[in-house]
Order: sequence, then C-alpha cells, then structure tokens
Amino acid sequence: MSKNTRTILICSGKGGVGKTTLTANLGIALANSGASTAVLDADFGLRNLDLLLGLENRIIYTAQDVLDKNCRLDQALVRHKKEPNLALLPAGDPRMLDWMKPEDMKQISKLLSEKFDYVLVDCPAGVEDGFKNALSACKEAIVVTNPELSAVRDADRVIGILNTSDIKPIQLVINRVRPNMMANQEMLSIEDVQSILSLPLLGIVLEDEQVIISTNRGEPLTLSESKSPAKKCYLNVSQRLIGKDIPIIDPKNEGKSLKDKFMRLMQTKIF
Amino acid sequence: MTLRDLINKLLGRETASANTARERLQLVLAHDRVDMSSLTTDLLDKMRKEILDVVAKYVEIDFEEVAVSLETEDRMTALVANLPIKRTLTGEIELKKNEDAQKKK
Repeated sequence: MSKNTRTILICSGKGGVGKTTLTANLGIALANSGASTAVLDADFGLRNLDLLLGLENRIIYTAQDVLDKNCRLDQALVRHKKEPNLALLPAGDPRMLDWMKPEDMKQISKLLSEKFDYVLVDCPAGVEDGFKNALSACKEAIVVTNPELSAVRDADRVIGILNTSDIKPIQLVINRVRPNMMANQEMLSIEDVQSILSLPLLGIVLEDEQVIISTNRGEPLTLSESKSPAKKCYLNVSQRLIGKDIPIIDPKNEGKSLKDKFMRLMQTKIF
Repeated sequence: MTLRDLINKLLGRETASANTARERLQLVLAHDRVDMSSLTTDLLDKMRKEILDVVAKYVEIDFEEVAVSLETEDRMTALVANLPIKRTLTGEIELKKNEDAQKKK
C-alpha cells in the first residue's frame, strides 16, 4: 500500500491531437523501462485506447464492474501480452453514458495506485464532465497539443481549468511537429506554442506516417523494432517523464537535407 | 525579423503564415482568458456597487473618479479597483492618495 504512484492525466481539450496515441506509447515505454504501469481509458463514451494497444478483443469487464463489485480489479485489468508490465483498464462501456462521477474516478485511481507505479489516464476531449471526472482522479497532467491555432486555443482552456485545481506539475507535449514547415515558418514554432501556453515543455513528437501504420496494426510504435522519428520522440518523452535529464528532441536538427539546412539559415534572426 | 521575412518584404510577398497564426492566437486567447461567460458586465456592475457600499462606510470616496476593471496579464486576471478617497469619515485628515484594492479572480 501507499506506493508513490504517479497518476497522470493526459488531456488536450481538442479531439484528435494525439492523446490516446501518446497514452498508449508512453504506457508501453514506461512499462518497458521496468515500471508497472496502468493505462485507464477515461473516455468511456468513445473509447479507443484498447484499439491502439491491440487489446480490443480481450476486454471483458470495466472499471464500472469493479465498482459495482461484479468482478475483482485483477479480472478487469487487461495485461498486454508483449509487455506484461502494462495493463489496460477501460473506465466503462460505450453503451453506458453519464454514469460516472468524480468520486467513482477517485475510487478507481485509488485502487490502481495500490498496484501500479504509473497510472496514465486518457482523458476525453472537451472541458465538460468527462474531463472533470478524469481530472479528479489525477495528481499531475500532461497537456497534448498540435502547433495549430485551434489545438492551442483549446489547450489554453484546459490549462486554465487545471490551474484552478491542485494538479501539478502540468507539462506540455507538442505533437505532430513538422520540422520542414517550422523551418519555413509556415507552422507555429515550438517556442511560440510554449510561450503562449507558458507550461514547461516535456517533449515534442514529430509527425510520422508510422503512427498511422502502427495504429492499423494495434501495436504502439514504442513496442516495435522500427527506428521511426515518432518512436524516438515517444521514448524521449517517457525518459524525461521518469526524471532522466536528457534534452528535448530539437526539430531544427531533424531535417538533414541541404534544403532543410538552407531553410534553417533563412530562419536566422537578423534584427 | 528573420532573414526570410526580410526577403519576403523586399520581394513584396506575404509574410510567413506562422506569424499570422501567432498574432491571431494571441488576440483570441486574450479574449478567452478573461472568460466573460463567468463574469458578465452585469455581474461586474453589481460587484462594483457592493464594493463601493462597503468602502463608503469607512471613507468618503470621490465617486466621479472611481474605476473598476478587469486586467489580464500572463495567465492571471485581476480585478483592479481604483477608489480615490476624499477623507476618512472618522478623521479630519484629507487623504490625497489613491487606494488600490486588488483582488485576484
């Protein structure tokens, strides 16, 4: 009991920015580094974390069944076969809506924290009840955003709410970064996004087709042997999350062609 | 200004869209952060009246010069009230200085 569990909310406000993908990849990476890790899908209306992890056919019970005492926690947890340190717990069934309250989420997170070192909570999009439920179960947060107007704006709303709670630290992950577009100044830069949201930067994830391919297969990149750019980023984020003092991947160093180098030169501040 | 901006300017081309994005974002966030839905002008008026009532119990205020407003800086919105005091109701001393009552939202 009373393990020093880190319960981390993964949220974004806007949908489709990569919360669930980050949760799956961080979950695998943390588990792989030896920490027992649970990923909780708090988006019970539209749950997807099971798909990304390739566990969709193995779900029998949900957190709701645990609370209703239909089953034990052990029975509801779906262990990943290739990474046994990782377990998935879906909060609820898509057929059941509006059943969960903040107290329920607190209860589940308490149960999980007795067993795991890390609990990652994949938060539903929006800033309504689903988000607030998930929030009440967590101690720290990672805000995921894209270098796009709408994603940053929604992230700002979420940060505003997080700032009025006890949650800390609140860290930022900028997802779907395109180094070339940034070098061309046709995309908000890392510095822009970070200074606008004024959160400490946990890391960035490069835009990468491999993410889609890995989702198709139900095998997170961090589980694969591939050397894809996004995988490198997910590993970087997970290492920084567990407190390793390593630098954030710098998109400026990612493009290696002559054109990229020229574009970088054009980015030089002259006055 | 970057090298690219300079070249664009010389050629009369549009500036890179990231600059436009940054500017638009900063504007829209300035609005969002004040969150007028939770603090409407009506509410602000009501609050102003009540604050004045309380302060007026103790000191005489120059009602002409009263200003109550919301100011946002970084992530913090502050209620700034500027209430010039003419005199204290108990004493005879003329007070010229202003009193800033600041409350954090």
